[in-house]
Amino acid sequence: MDIKEIVKEENLVYKKSMVLTDKEMHYCPGCTHGVVHKLIAEVIDEMGIQEKTIGVAPVGCAVFAYDYLHIDWQEAAHGRAPAVATGVKRLLPDKMVFSYQGDGDLAAIGTAETIHACNRGENIVMVFINNGIYGMTGGQMAPTTLKGMKASTCPFGREPQQDGNPLKITELLAQLPGTSYVTRHSCHTAAAVRKTKKALRKAFENQQQKKGTSLVEVVSTCSSGWKMTPAKANDWMVENMFPFYPLGDLKDE
Amino acid sequence: MAKAKGAIVVDTVKCKGCELCMVACPTKVIEMAREVNAKGFHYSQMGNPEACIGCTNCAMVCPDSCITVYKVKA
Ligand SMILES: Cc1ncc(C[n+]2csc(CCOP(=O)(O)OP(=O)(O)O)c2C)c(N)n1
Ligand code: SF4
Ligand code: SF4
Repeated sequence: MDIKEIVKEENLVYKKSMVLTDKEMHYCPGCTHGVVHKLIAEVIDEMGIQEKTIGVAPVGCAVFAYDYLHIDWQEAAHGRAPAVATGVKRLLPDKMVFSYQGDGDLAAIGTAETIHACNRGENIVMVFINNGIYGMTGGQMAPTTLKGMKASTCPFGREPQQDGNPLKITELLAQLPGTSYVTRHSCHTAAAVRKTKKALRKAFENQQQKKGTSLVEVVSTCSSGWKMTPAKANDWMVENMFPFYPLGDLKDE
Repeated sequence: MAKAKGAIVVDTVKCKGCELCMVACPTKVIEMAREVNAKGFHYSQMGNPEACIGCTNCAMVCPDSCITVYKVKA
């Protein structure tokens, strides 16, 4: 069959979400941030909540997230997104509010804000992009950097005796009474991407049902920081990140 | 059994040549162009269009939402 006969409006099965802007994302080739932005856009689109959703953007590579989704945004200081999201949701309880944060933002400088928002059970969604390093600033070691994993500030690999242990903050947050849904996903295959989208949808639905805090971690790649091709980075993630950060639900109440 | 026939259209201007769509395609439809786009990336294209089943896998994994997918029951 001729391609021209297939490429017709009535045969369309997938196109870019209208919630995404036309602005070209500044992310490196293969970056997981782009995939997760797309999934959030699709979930917002499918739930019909574009007019009432407010995102809180982090400091980190996703600092320009507000340029990429046609929704309202508030930029937060480094690590403070859960505190800002708390304020927004409490003042505007009818809005759908989410924070979007990297592991440096959520699990290092913003640890206090993260833990207390989750412990208070703020009725928000937190999206957590865990690529194991500080991507934006040049691939420095983060709390989430694996034992033995190389980063620009631990070029021979993380040595816990000197550098401390990697932090499973998601496991920690799952223990807090305020969290209702805590789950860990990835975007390394089409099936994994579809699962991540389902988890994001559930997190937003939980907010509609006033269930408290939902946290969706996405174990992610940073091919520039890891100094690998995007495809290699995916393989490295499967081999090294998944054993320490296993995928699946940690809590679903 | 009716087999589905698919086709993709790639936004070659936006494509960053990451190759993740090529890896994700179950039927090996996608190849990277020899030519580069204005950004200097080898963009993705259908190298083997006959094999496309319109499964949308490539579009799901694309970080830059470059791929539109069409499908008919052939
Ligand atoms: C108060 C403050 N301290 C430090 C920085 C420098 N800084 C910018 S981004 C960043 C880390 C971002 O890493 P992560 O949250 O993991 O996000 P990624 O870039 O990997 O997506 C740091 C330390 C800053 N901008 N503000
Ligand atoms: S729609 Fe499926 S079969 Fe067609 S190119 Fe994309 S991944 Fe391959
Ligand atoms: S996944 Fe997207 S950006 Fe990457 S090569 Fe394919 S079309 Fe281009």
